[in-house]
Amino acid sequence: MKETLLAVENLSCGYGKEIVLHDVSCRVSQGELIGIIGPNGCGKTTFLRSIAGILKPQNGDIFLGGKSLSRIHRKDLAQKIAVVSQFAEPILMTVSEYILLGRLPYYRKYQLFETKQDEAIVQRYMELTDLMGLKEMFMNRISGGERQLASIARALAQEPALLLLDEPTSHLDITHQVKILGLIKQLNTELSLTVIMVLHDLNLASEYASRLFLLEKGTIYKTGTPEEVLTYRTIEEVYKTTVIVEKSPLSGKPYIFLVTEEAKKSPMGSPMRPEKTGASLHHEREMRRDHD
Amino acid sequence: MINRKIGRWLIILFSIIVLLVCISFVSLWVGSVGIHLHEIFDILSKGEGTAEYSILFQIRLPRIILGFAVGGALSLAGAILQGMFRNPLVEPYTLGISGGASLGVCLNIIFKWHAVIGVIAFPLSGFVGSASVILFVYTLSLKKGILKTQGMLLMGVMISFISSSLVMLLMAISRSEDLHGIILWIMGSLEEPNMLLIKIAFWGSLLGLLLSYFYCLDLNALALGDEEAIHLGVNVEKTKRMLFLIASILTGFSVSVAGIIGFVGLIVPHFIRMFTGADHRILFISSFLAGACFLIFCDTLARTVIAPMELPVGVITGIIGGVVFIYALSKKQVML
Repeated sequence: MKETLLAVENLSCGYGKEIVLHDVSCRVSQGELIGIIGPNGCGKTTFLRSIAGILKPQNGDIFLGGKSLSRIHRKDLAQKIAVVSQFAEPILMTVSEYILLGRLPYYRKYQLFETKQDEAIVQRYMELTDLMGLKEMFMNRISGGERQLASIARALAQEPALLLLDEPTSHLDITHQVKILGLIKQLNTELSLTVIMVLHDLNLASEYASRLFLLEKGTIYKTGTPEEVLTYRTIEEVYKTTVIVEKSPLSGKPYIFLVTEEAKKSPMGSPMRPEKTGASLHHEREMRRDHD
Repeated sequence: MINRKIGRWLIILFSIIVLLVCISFVSLWVGSVGIHLHEIFDILSKGEGTAEYSILFQIRLPRIILGFAVGGALSLAGAILQGMFRNPLVEPYTLGISGGASLGVCLNIIFKWHAVIGVIAFPLSGFVGSASVILFVYTLSLKKGILKTQGMLLMGVMISFISSSLVMLLMAISRSEDLHGIILWIMGSLEEPNMLLIKIAFWGSLLGLLLSYFYCLDLNALALGDEEAIHLGVNVEKTKRMLFLIASILTGFSVSVAGIIGFVGLIVPHFIRMFTGADHRILFISSFLAGACFLIFCDTLARTVIAPMELPVGVITGIIGGVVFIYALSKKQVML
């Protein structure tokens, strides 16, 4: 068992009187790649924000490396946890200036200029994220996918122990989705960087995460490997939507197909037979497999 | 890379300083009383006592120093506020500070406080007016220790409207000789007989520049948004509060000493940003120096164009600033 990096104990938090997370407990070990999934409004982002130290717990506590977040100074916390938000703002700043901001937590008091070391680190992560060609470009002149890459490079320049990402690919095309999630996976395996990311897309979560937290109505409904969490039964219970779960032909990870209202009603001969919900289709397939 | 960047910044700073020195000399040299350049050394060697010496060192030099202080303070305050609100249209006067100051001075003129406590009543009442607006906006925007900047902006605009309406009301009911005084003050001028006030403005503006540098890196991070800045370990609340106070005090001082001189705080930081980029480490000092250049230049024009009469300097800053700015914008396609 690897060392526990993050421990969340009986966490309840929210905005003012409105409690979003109820009594959540979980542990994340060093080197894991956690995907947080769940329906809209289930508290995914709130969960991430409380781990990032933005939202203070109303009850319970969060420990990073055995130390309560509330006892870690904000600059030290920024050296340990980096956050990539959903959308990097198109600001008037060059890509290299932007990434250099990631070194801010390491500036000493009254230090006004970056050191050679800061520069070398920025250079390294710019190369890693394939942004060298854009370093003098302004953030508001590059594409959304490139901005997101720059945002990740900035987070990496913080040299964190824990990287948090809030739906890093939600606005992007599949090229950038694959590029960014591939990069995160690579960082996770090569640098054994611990990653927690909120993902909307269940198939991406299944493909990339080593463990999933499925949230529902502010509690953790289920945790486990993608195979354990992404069963049609669980998904239908939480999302209240009919789905079919198959295995991805390449990775063998669960792959979720949506079943449209139309397909449920469609006439004989179409791939989905009528009056069959995902559940009955699964049942039938499992029966068939047993016969074989 | 870092050396190259610092080198580039030094070149920018050096050019602005050269410009500042040139403009200051020109400003010392020209005026309604013609003094030739070669005479300046003559006058200097003769020392005190001559009329020319008094013109140079008791009339023109104080104006240059005040122009340096006020121009620098206003454009630094503009650079700070534009960065803090992440809004390029904010200027020091947007937050109602000038409105408060003019209301204070209006009340002073109408109730003739200056007859009781002397000339100092003008800057004093201006400062009290701007300080009360600052406190008012600040406390109203402070909810549970958190400064709500968006609300603050709206509040400032509203206070500006209210105080300018009140000023108009006072003007409508005041006597005509008071009216003249109010209008003159509102138009702004660098004419300031009190040497002590000029010294205070000078050192105050330099102190503001120094203090702002403690927060310039944090302000760079704030460009990403409050939450992102927190993720980078920035104490966002403290940074905003301190920068707001620095900008307000700089503005308050300038307004109380020199009246309302518009456009400097809006245009100079904008213009400088085209050359320096958005990094506040270079933006602060170059805005300060360029603001000083700009105001000294405008003041020189204001007192020479129709000499021996004088134009209000605010008119010149508005016209020149606006025109140059529109020209620069159309030439250089910079997203603001």
